Amino acid sequence: MDLLRASIADIGQQLRKKQISSLEITQYFLQRIAAHNSKINAFVTSNDNAEREASDVDQKLARGELLGPLSGIPVGIKDMLCTKGIRTTAASHILKNFVPPYDATVVSRLKRSGAVILGKLNQDEFAMGSSNENSIFGATKNPWNLDFVPGGSSGGSAAAQASRLCAATIGTDTGGSIRQPASFCNVVGVKPTYGRVSRFGVIAYASSLDQAGPIASCVEDAALILEVISGFDQFDSTTSNQKVPEFSKNLNKNIKGLRIGLMKEYMMGGLHPDVEKTIALAVEDLKRMGCEIVEVSVPLTAQAVPMYYLIAASEASSNLSRYDGVKYGHRASFENLSKTSLEEFYMRTRGQGFGVEVKRRIMLGTYCLSSGYYDAYYKKACQVRRLMAEQFQNCFNSCDLILGPVSTAPAFRIGEKLSDPLSMYLNDVFTVSANLAGVPGLSIPYGISIDNLPIGIQLMANHFDEQKMLNVGYALQETSPMTWRIPNV
Amino acid sequence: MYRGYEAVIGLEIHAQLSTKSKIFSEDATAFDAGDNENLSLVSAGLPGALPVLNRKVVEFSIQAGLALGCEIRRKNTFARKNYFYPDLPKGYQISQYDEPICENGRVIIFVGGQEKTIRIIRAHMEEDAGKSTHFGEYTLVNYNRAGVPLLEIVSAPDLRTPEEAAEYAKTIRQILKYIGVCDGNLEEGSLRCDCNVSVRPVGTAELGTKVEIKNVNSFRFVEKAIEYEIERQVDALERKEKIIQETRLYDSDKNRTVPMRTKEDAQDYRYFPDPDLLPVIITDEMIKEIHLHLPELPSARKKRFIEHYGLPEYDAIMLTAEKEYADYFEATTKISSNPKSTANWMMTELTRELNQANIEVDKSPVSPAGLAGLLKLIDQGIISGKIAKTVFNDMWSTGKSAEEIIKDKNLTQISDRAAIEKIVDEILSQNSKSVLEYKSGRTKLLGFFVGAVMKATKGQASPDLVNQILLDKLKR
Repeated sequence: MDLLRASIADIGQQLRKKQISSLEITQYFLQRIAAHNSKINAFVTSNDNAEREASDVDQKLARGELLGPLSGIPVGIKDMLCTKGIRTTAASHILKNFVPPYDATVVSRLKRSGAVILGKLNQDEFAMGSSNENSIFGATKNPWNLDFVPGGSSGGSAAAQASRLCAATIGTDTGGSIRQPASFCNVVGVKPTYGRVSRFGVIAYASSLDQAGPIASCVEDAALILEVISGFDQFDSTTSNQKVPEFSKNLNKNIKGLRIGLMKEYMMGGLHPDVEKTIALAVEDLKRMGCEIVEVSVPLTAQAVPMYYLIAASEASSNLSRYDGVKYGHRASFENLSKTSLEEFYMRTRGQGFGVEVKRRIMLGTYCLSSGYYDAYYKKACQVRRLMAEQFQNCFNSCDLILGPVSTAPAFRIGEKLSDPLSMYLNDVFTVSANLAGVPGLSIPYGISIDNLPIGIQLMANHFDEQKMLNVGYALQETSPMTWRIPNV
Repeated sequence: MYRGYEAVIGLEIHAQLSTKSKIFSEDATAFDAGDNENLSLVSAGLPGALPVLNRKVVEFSIQAGLALGCEIRRKNTFARKNYFYPDLPKGYQISQYDEPICENGRVIIFVGGQEKTIRIIRAHMEEDAGKSTHFGEYTLVNYNRAGVPLLEIVSAPDLRTPEEAAEYAKTIRQILKYIGVCDGNLEEGSLRCDCNVSVRPVGTAELGTKVEIKNVNSFRFVEKAIEYEIERQVDALERKEKIIQETRLYDSDKNRTVPMRTKEDAQDYRYFPDPDLLPVIITDEMIKEIHLHLPELPSARKKRFIEHYGLPEYDAIMLTAEKEYADYFEATTKISSNPKSTANWMMTELTRELNQANIEVDKSPVSPAGLAGLLKLIDQGIISGKIAKTVFNDMWSTGKSAEEIIKDKNLTQISDRAAIEKIVDEILSQNSKSVLEYKSGRTKLLGFFVGAVMKATKGQASPDLVNQILLDKLKR
């Protein structure tokens, strides 16, 4: 079978019919990694036991043991999620040799469902970035054009998926880190509702915004993965006990009568013409499928990016305090440790351990939380955040879903924005709002730029309304000119 | 009063809540575990680890709050207190900041026979840090304590003397132990005090500059540290020096306080709500339920002991000082039906043996039923009070019942009139000179005769009967 263009369900069917073995599937993707990863730099650590674990699935299959929906499916995991016995670094020098003694809940649920972990995927250090250039492993390349960024921070996940180095991947999204790289690489990415997916074992960047989710080849695959990883977790107090629908089984292309909101603030110019065209195309297609297009408004959108950077940096400054060289991870070497002051110990260790962007955000966050500035920055940002969440609620009173761009423009050149962090930050304008409001977002392929770079569109739904979002994505997948298009690597 | 100055003292007491597991993880809180044995990925602050609140901590805090007369906050949030130190695994401590679970309480203390009400400003839940031990050139960190639940109880500056401060701390300990939320074990660090001390000229209302003495771990040291600090501050003021707002440490070996850090290098803890924990909502039903099952507090129990058992106030105070002690009393009295003799025996024999053996009353080898059995034998005239003391000692060392011991050693009191009369006759005939002296008016000699008879009967004669017979015979 053509594994390159097979959905997870297709592979599963072949596996159950014994037309292919789990080991063969894993070996197929391992060979693709061997052939292409050096160009793309998506995988940074491999699971040395992948083939053995794949064989285990075969044996279970032979014994007729009950197997989960992801049996034998080779997946790649962003290096932000802890994997037992497999090095997990957050692409940071400070965790360069860290091997977790446990699996993140997302990882253990994937494993329980039969998935085979192929290895760990590149990212921006501690998920701080939109280009995957801030990594100790070096930049990940966009498989559509190796001179371009794959987006970030889950750039490794999106690039690996786009070039089919595995059957599915997991990314994390704090301000767009799943959706934006999915858009840049022509794959499907889901940022679930905050609380839908456990954060236990996900290295924390900004705890009130972080969510892990799938980056996959198609909407069906994303729905299936989401279904497996979602649900209450006793180890994460912020997970919801909302029932998890069978997203993949419930997929329904009949979207007639749904009201799709076009957000005024997202269409006020400044968009790359090809992005604008892509949105227009999607709108036409949705109308043809019987959807009603309505205008909605979230006036606080203009404040979303500053709000996001204040809150995310504040939480990050505290979350990253644990990396101090005392218990695990990088410790600077000292001529005479016992004569070294504690302050010097911390400064050298953390000074060496963190990259430029991480240090920038730690400093920004520390400043925002400091006495005298707290009220004006962190507290104010949290207040405005609540107001913006209310504005989103108002939108969902008059529409089912919000349609918009993922990014102002397609992928940019590697190095192009490195010296201008502010312009990099402003790129996140369409994605950070979903994290601030806690609502789910979906990015699906829908266009391509004149430079042959993919362009995705974004759908946002109300809290825990992922099914509706996936259904519309499923329907749009039929009309999208980019569906199943794979770059030549 | 100190040379025209008065002290203003407030205490912050960190009480370890005696839950089985830590506040945010399933790790045990056992004190005697090996180094870094109680260390899950949450306690170690591993990447990706998340805190999950232990419900028991909230219940215990509500219990403590109610016992201390506090209002209980219905919506509770946790905050992160950020600072770097090797024994703080996450680089922040999870605590409560501006919204503590308990507020506006009060306790009554007794100092010099006087009642005094001390207000409690707040009490909040937080996690403990680990423990650093410095060995000359290097430092070892044990994270067993990291994540152990604490309730920090902050008093108003209502205390005026070191004795009051120590008494307040003792009262808090007594109450927490009574309701079973803290074992009150000072050696194991279950209760630690920070003392805020300032002085001002008597008659002035304005507060002096405050100095904080950190981590004092015994009531005696609370008293001594504050005593030293008051004298130090008054000395300074008399020399026209300014008191510096600072944190000091108490050196118990040298009995003095030494500077630790001044306000200038006070840290900015950058408190903010912990996004990993949702707000904890406490319902009226939950409070009602806990209130219903709150054990009787020491002050109420003391009052009841006086009214119900007819005990003198002194006895009631002694017996209710510790819950286990009061429980022992009530269990014994229930069987012995003699509250006063139970009280007497507990406050003398039992207490002495407990102290000597250095054990708690609930570990006593003589059980309430055992002591009650002994007291009943006395009341029934089967043994004398004097014999009972040796029987008690045997009970203590062998664990046998009073009846068994009396039987084994043949200690039953001689109540046979004829037998005693025979011995009395012998004694009187052997001491005819003393008999004459007695009859001529030296009636004090009665004691001598009683003693001799008791000696001859190895103390088994009924003292009442001996007296009676002697008086009778000496009259003739």
